[in-house]
Amino acid sequence: MQPHSFDYVRPQTLAKAIQVLSENGNRAKVLAGGQSLIPVLKLRLANPRVLVDINDLPGLAFIEERGEQLRIGALSRHRDFEQSKLIRGKYPIFSDVATVLGDPQVRNLGTIGGALAHADPASDWGTALLAFEAELIARGPNGARTIPVDRFFKDTFTTALRSSELLTEIRVPKSEPGDGGAYLKLKRKTGDFATIGVAVQLGLDAKRNLAGVRIGLAAVGSTPIRATGAEKALVGRKAGPTAFAEAAKLASEEARPSSDLRGSEEYKRAMIEVYTRRALETASARAGR
Amino acid sequence: MATKRRKVSPKRGSIRRENGSHTITVGVNGRKYTRPVEPRVLLVDFIRDELRLTGTHVGCDTSHCGACTVLLDGHSVKSCTMFAVQADGHEITTIEGLAQHGRLHPIQEAFKAHHGLQCGFCTPGVVLAALELLQVENAPSEDRIRTAISGNLCRCTGYQNIVDSVAAAGEMMRLGKG
Repeated sequence: MQPHSFDYVRPQTLAKAIQVLSENGNRAKVLAGGQSLIPVLKLRLANPRVLVDINDLPGLAFIEERGEQLRIGALSRHRDFEQSKLIRGKYPIFSDVATVLGDPQVRNLGTIGGALAHADPASDWGTALLAFEAELIARGPNGARTIPVDRFFKDTFTTALRSSELLTEIRVPKSEPGDGGAYLKLKRKTGDFATIGVAVQLGLDAKRNLAGVRIGLAAVGSTPIRATGAEKALVGRKAGPTAFAEAAKLASEEARPSSDLRGSEEYKRAMIEVYTRRALETASARAGR
Repeated sequence: MATKRRKVSPKRGSIRRENGSHTITVGVNGRKYTRPVEPRVLLVDFIRDELRLTGTHVGCDTSHCGACTVLLDGHSVKSCTMFAVQADGHEITTIEGLAQHGRLHPIQEAFKAHHGLQCGFCTPGVVLAALELLQVENAPSEDRIRTAISGNLCRCTGYQNIVDSVAAAGEMMRLGKG
């Protein structure tokens, strides 16, 4: 189907983009890669009056370490993470995401900012970011504000972003020795949404005890969620099969999957257990201690 | 050709007479086209209906099959999941842009030689997706080839001959043939 008619603007400055968003409120939609938005428009599930194409905005695509943080511009394309040596070397959880998300054509256009703002419950990026104390920077008519990732996802397709705001940057704490992470995605085929997904980012001390761990779960709730019970059961424990099996069981109980054409609730719960254990094993192997 | 210009179907037509049309300039296969277009017109419909380049196909229209794949500034994209206005100021390569002066591109020769197509519907898309890979890597592993075409569905071939064709094309390009 064709979308309804809309006006189209392609601002050249961030200030102009924010101005258009402020003037139009909920009647405007931001167009970045369009790999989620355009299918929605073609099905007329959303009918904005104006599309704000932000692809010309300068300085919003970058992946770099600065100070104590890894900083990511919201307009970074998924393929940028596949190709980044920094990401492959120090933040392999994000290479995992970039490898399993979509397909090559989707990865050429789709952006991390767009994926996060779209807030699908199965969002690979959203789930991976929950495994960090991530900060999302939003810019609006009143300046910039920082949204902690734990407060970003409100409901299905609903985030803490105001209609006048643009997500511009994502920041996570810099990787330290002893850190390791992984994102594992169960899917029926290339390009499919996650049946379930598990993200783990952890830190091991010199004795291989878990100094910190966060676990994100995809497609088992109305938003990506954290398995906080599993996390709590792991802190201070020695990384190994006993602790991981326990945590995986807890994660499967915290998950809230629905039966649908990707699988029954029971199947998804069982897979959360399997994938949580595997993600913990991979993350701790990558921690190199 | 002096064929009479067929009226485009109303479902996807009327793309230039509506209000709110933008004038865009798009480079396609090395030529510049300046046209008015409504913002909601998909790039695939602009290419097919406005530019009459019908080698790019609409398969599923739901962003799954990749039959609509073109190269945008050298990168494979699904033209059914882009608006024509987004292509303003950019360069597009369609399947029609590969052969030069009547000579087939090595990848086209390879698909011929290795039977990489049957009905041909997916072929323009899969060729361009593979070409993006071959332009940066001319001896890709089978794994890399399969990943590069993983956004393109083929109902006929079972993919093996496509993979062989792409590998052969890489070889030809490496040796400077074609």
